[in-house]
Amino acid sequence: MSEATRAATLAKFASPVDRFHLEMEPLKEAGTKVAGIYCVFAPIELVRAAGAVPVGLCGKKQGPIPDAERVLPANLCPLIKASYGYALTETCPYYAASDFILGETTCDGKKKMFEIMARLKSLHMMRLPTDASPEAQALWLAEMRRLAAYLTEQTGVAVTDEALRREIATQNRIRRALLDLAAFAAEPEPPISSLDMMGVFESRTFVLDQDGYLADVLALSAELAELRAKGVSPYKKGAPRILLTGSPVGRGSEKVIRLLEAAGAVVVALENCTGLKSVVGYVDEDGDPMEALAKRYLATPCSCMSPNAGRFALIDDLVRQFKPTGVIDLVWQACHTYSVESHDLGRHVNDALGLPFLKVETDYTESDMEQLRTRIEAFLELQNR
Amino acid sequence: MGARIVGISGDTAGIDIGSRSIELVLQRGGEVVHTAKAPTTFDPVGQCRALLAGIRTGRTVVTGYGRKLFVEAFGDETPDRPDLGRVSDITEIQAYALGAARLFPQARTILDIGGQDSKVISLLPGGKVLRFEMNDRCAAGTGKFLEIMALSLQVPLENFGAFAQSGTKRITINSMCTVFAESEATSLMARGERAQNIALGIHLAIMRRIDSMLRRVGLEGPLVFAGGVARNACAVELLREFTRAECLVPEDPDLTGALGACLHARKLLEDTHV
Repeated sequence: MSEATRAATLAKFASPVDRFHLEMEPLKEAGTKVAGIYCVFAPIELVRAAGAVPVGLCGKKQGPIPDAERVLPANLCPLIKASYGYALTETCPYYAASDFILGETTCDGKKKMFEIMARLKSLHMMRLPTDASPEAQALWLAEMRRLAAYLTEQTGVAVTDEALRREIATQNRIRRALLDLAAFAAEPEPPISSLDMMGVFESRTFVLDQDGYLADVLALSAELAELRAKGVSPYKKGAPRILLTGSPVGRGSEKVIRLLEAAGAVVVALENCTGLKSVVGYVDEDGDPMEALAKRYLATPCSCMSPNAGRFALIDDLVRQFKPTGVIDLVWQACHTYSVESHDLGRHVNDALGLPFLKVETDYTESDMEQLRTRIEAFLELQNR
Repeated sequence: MGARIVGISGDTAGIDIGSRSIELVLQRGGEVVHTAKAPTTFDPVGQCRALLAGIRTGRTVVTGYGRKLFVEAFGDETPDRPDLGRVSDITEIQAYALGAARLFPQARTILDIGGQDSKVISLLPGGKVLRFEMNDRCAAGTGKFLEIMALSLQVPLENFGAFAQSGTKRITINSMCTVFAESEATSLMARGERAQNIALGIHLAIMRRIDSMLRRVGLEGPLVFAGGVARNACAVELLREFTRAECLVPEDPDLTGALGACLHARKLLEDTHV
């Protein structure tokens, strides 16, 4: 798309690292604690209510993986290896700025890696249950309270209901704004590219000034509405529409999205934790805020949940709204939970939704680009007839 | 080749640039009038230029891993290109489906074991692709695996199937990684196992893997076995044994992709003339 037709507001999301350093300066001077986070299970409202700022940490590039493999097995998911590698080599600016790390017992690879990472920097581990039973809810609520105590210890700020409600309201507004933004891709000819959309979603965790981020997202939506009215789109009419689900994808690990774009397809919905999975589900603003937070976060339809019916329900909803012509399940190599779940998901997509389904298993390297290109183009050819 | 010009503007060409070899099929009307093959080498564009010397067509379709390279080198906007009409590309999946369905209209499943990957394509009645699966991350279950094993047993590749068929004992090769399987073969040799039996074990390993891939996609007969490895008699025999399906092998199994590309070019040419 030429620069004239690409939304100018996207510039606000173009260099999150620079923005982070700018925003970090006054906070550092004020002695604000920074919590490094990796996962959408980290309750950012609680972190903020305790006077700390959460920031997403690096883990989406191949670069530090060889260093990580000095400690971790090579046959481990690249996201885990990259996360650890960035910490080990101190090459992630967000990690460098973090005072402590929040981890969760999501998958086996991650929790064992966190044991090793805890030797590099102070790390608080949340014990995440794997279902939504009353017992699991009670455990998760207790874990939220234990996190609150840990945070207060770090910051000296006690968590109040008032502060929690304030942060919940802000994050709910951001969730709504991002869902509205995502809805532009439901158009027959979206006015924004899939990669740009991914960048906006991903930068959410790198921006410390969340009100500023919200304002930028709203401004972007306003500009996209104008572009849409003018009929501007980077895509051709009738382009194949893909719902991308599976393991997280971001800048550095977006090769499948790049291949899809190069083949002329639109990624209409990113159903993963860098995309819509992180924003669906509002936190209840009435009632006890801690309980409401616990409930919402435990409902995250990650493949580490068992069973994980929520993911299938979410995909059903997204298919209705975004009208994809095919579903691609991207599984990082050795990401067992997503890989196993892929079998049932494929059947569900084929049989219940009547859509073609492709599982792509790969890593962060570029070594299989041409093989993937063939596979993806062949999948798109299926939809063209 | 030289000054002789083959082809007229109503002809179509299909080219399949695989990891090991390049195939060319030229059609006039509905008939194949010319075929040619060359090794891919490190210079596939140069090899294609040589294959296409003196050839003229109205429409060209290219498939295989080198397809993007070909379009870049000989695409519509490149100067000094051979007289190939418009040039475009399709994936091997579509090309093999089209080619196999032309050779065997009753085909419901296609197996292609090539030099670098293996593919299973499931067809709807009428030849449309229903779904497909590819093994493309490593050499296990591909022609490359057989090639390396033939080399390590010092048997010429073209004799490797017959050599394995003379094996008298079914031994199990457990490693499917090419590198590990080679060391497993070495340790079998060190224990005095006959080379023929090791060769048979290698064929069994690869075809078992292929059989489970076929079953994942959902094997329905008749099954067309295409790609270079379909020239290997032992592979064909074991495929029949494992799948118990009707296995059809084209006369020139490695031309199937180029034929499909050529048929697609024909369709595109006719569409433009309508």
